[in-house]
Amino acid sequence: MALFFGVIAGLLGGLARVSPPAPLRAMAAAYVSVIRGTPFIVQLFFVYYAFPQLGVQVPPMVAAVGCLAVYSGAYQTEIVRGAIESIERGQVEAARSLGLTAAQAMRYVVLPQAFLRMLPPLGNEFVALTKNSALVSLVTVQELLLSAQLIISATFQNFAIYLTIGIMYYIMTTVVSTGTQLLERRLKVYV
Amino acid sequence: MERSVSAVQPMLQARGLSKRFGEHEVLKGIDLSIARGEVVAIIGPSGSGKSTLLRCLNLLERPDAGEIWFEGACITDPQVDVNRVRMRMGMVFQLFNLFPHLTVLHNVTLAQERVLRTPRAQAQERARELLSKVGLAAKEQAYPNSLSGGQKQRVAIARALAMKPAVMLFDEPTSALDPEMVQEVLTAMGELVDEGMTMAVVTHEMGFARRAADRVVFVDEGRIVAEAPPERFFSDANSDRVRQFLAKIPG
Repeated sequence: MALFFGVIAGLLGGLARVSPPAPLRAMAAAYVSVIRGTPFIVQLFFVYYAFPQLGVQVPPMVAAVGCLAVYSGAYQTEIVRGAIESIERGQVEAARSLGLTAAQAMRYVVLPQAFLRMLPPLGNEFVALTKNSALVSLVTVQELLLSAQLIISATFQNFAIYLTIGIMYYIMTTVVSTGTQLLERRLKVYV
Repeated sequence: MERSVSAVQPMLQARGLSKRFGEHEVLKGIDLSIARGEVVAIIGPSGSGKSTLLRCLNLLERPDAGEIWFEGACITDPQVDVNRVRMRMGMVFQLFNLFPHLTVLHNVTLAQERVLRTPRAQAQERARELLSKVGLAAKEQAYPNSLSGGQKQRVAIARALAMKPAVMLFDEPTSALDPEMVQEVLTAMGELVDEGMTMAVVTHEMGFARRAADRVVFVDEGRIVAEAPPERFFSDANSDRVRQFLAKIPG
């Protein structure tokens, strides 16, 4: 879920970073700068523990998914922007010279090519996101790590349980990275 | 083949065109007019502003001063929809700029479908016609990266022609090609000339300028310094600067 919202945030952020209106670009730049410049755990605690002081109670699950998505989205914004800017200027020029609008050139010419270039770094980012999800146990969301700790407090099987969840995280990240690699290979037909 | 050049109203005209990049003044007041059916070769040393001139004509670069008139309308007017103007002007680039993620066929249909709203079947039919015209019918399912430079440039020509442009702009179309591929591109361009296409060609191919152009325009340091029909231009190269330049170019 956080992965899904993170991708949306990254795509919107990345497009905003290369869009013509300066305020939009500045907002996206500020978003990336603030989120990347502060630790995830501080952002998470800020939303979960500090917002209530302003009278906003955020349910743990919402805080967890929201913070993960916003955090990952900032990194993905930069990935999307980098990929878009790596497409040769001649591509847009050729598209515009045929009468395509700037938006059409982005949609049909730049983004499909940029998407392939963003896949490898995006794969990394998905893996990082999967691992960061362990941190939301700290706001009582019962994910993998918290469940493990609950079991340990009942059984004292530290070694076996931590080894098991380590393997489970490894399996998850492997699935994610293999998925992006397969997608990359399928899309790469034209290179 | 006999070609008619209309002198009534220019198809494309630049008036007092100026363009600067920062401190550097690339175009210093260019006046150029191209009649319907006319082929103009634009030559000159590198950095003289000839490519910038061409890119200003279809507004890929916005001129800082001066006007451009196309088919009777002033297209430098900010009110004008540049996309409508550009779909009437085909452009072929030095580095081809084919869309690598699309097949050859799709390269030629994309703008037909998205800009002209031509139904797909019809767009493909026109694309196949044009591809066989440039000798690449067999390559329609290939991706551009599997083609040679000469083949890429011929696809680029077909892609531009698919929009049924009123004028074709060529920006050094053979400069990035291996020598043995130059001819196939020049042949495709020659066919266009024979069909009466209006063309502006920035080129270093003096042979093409001599054979195919109605007029040769020599640009140096942002100005047009000489302008004449090829037979006159090459025989009595009228300034020292032109003679110097021609002496350095083979052919």
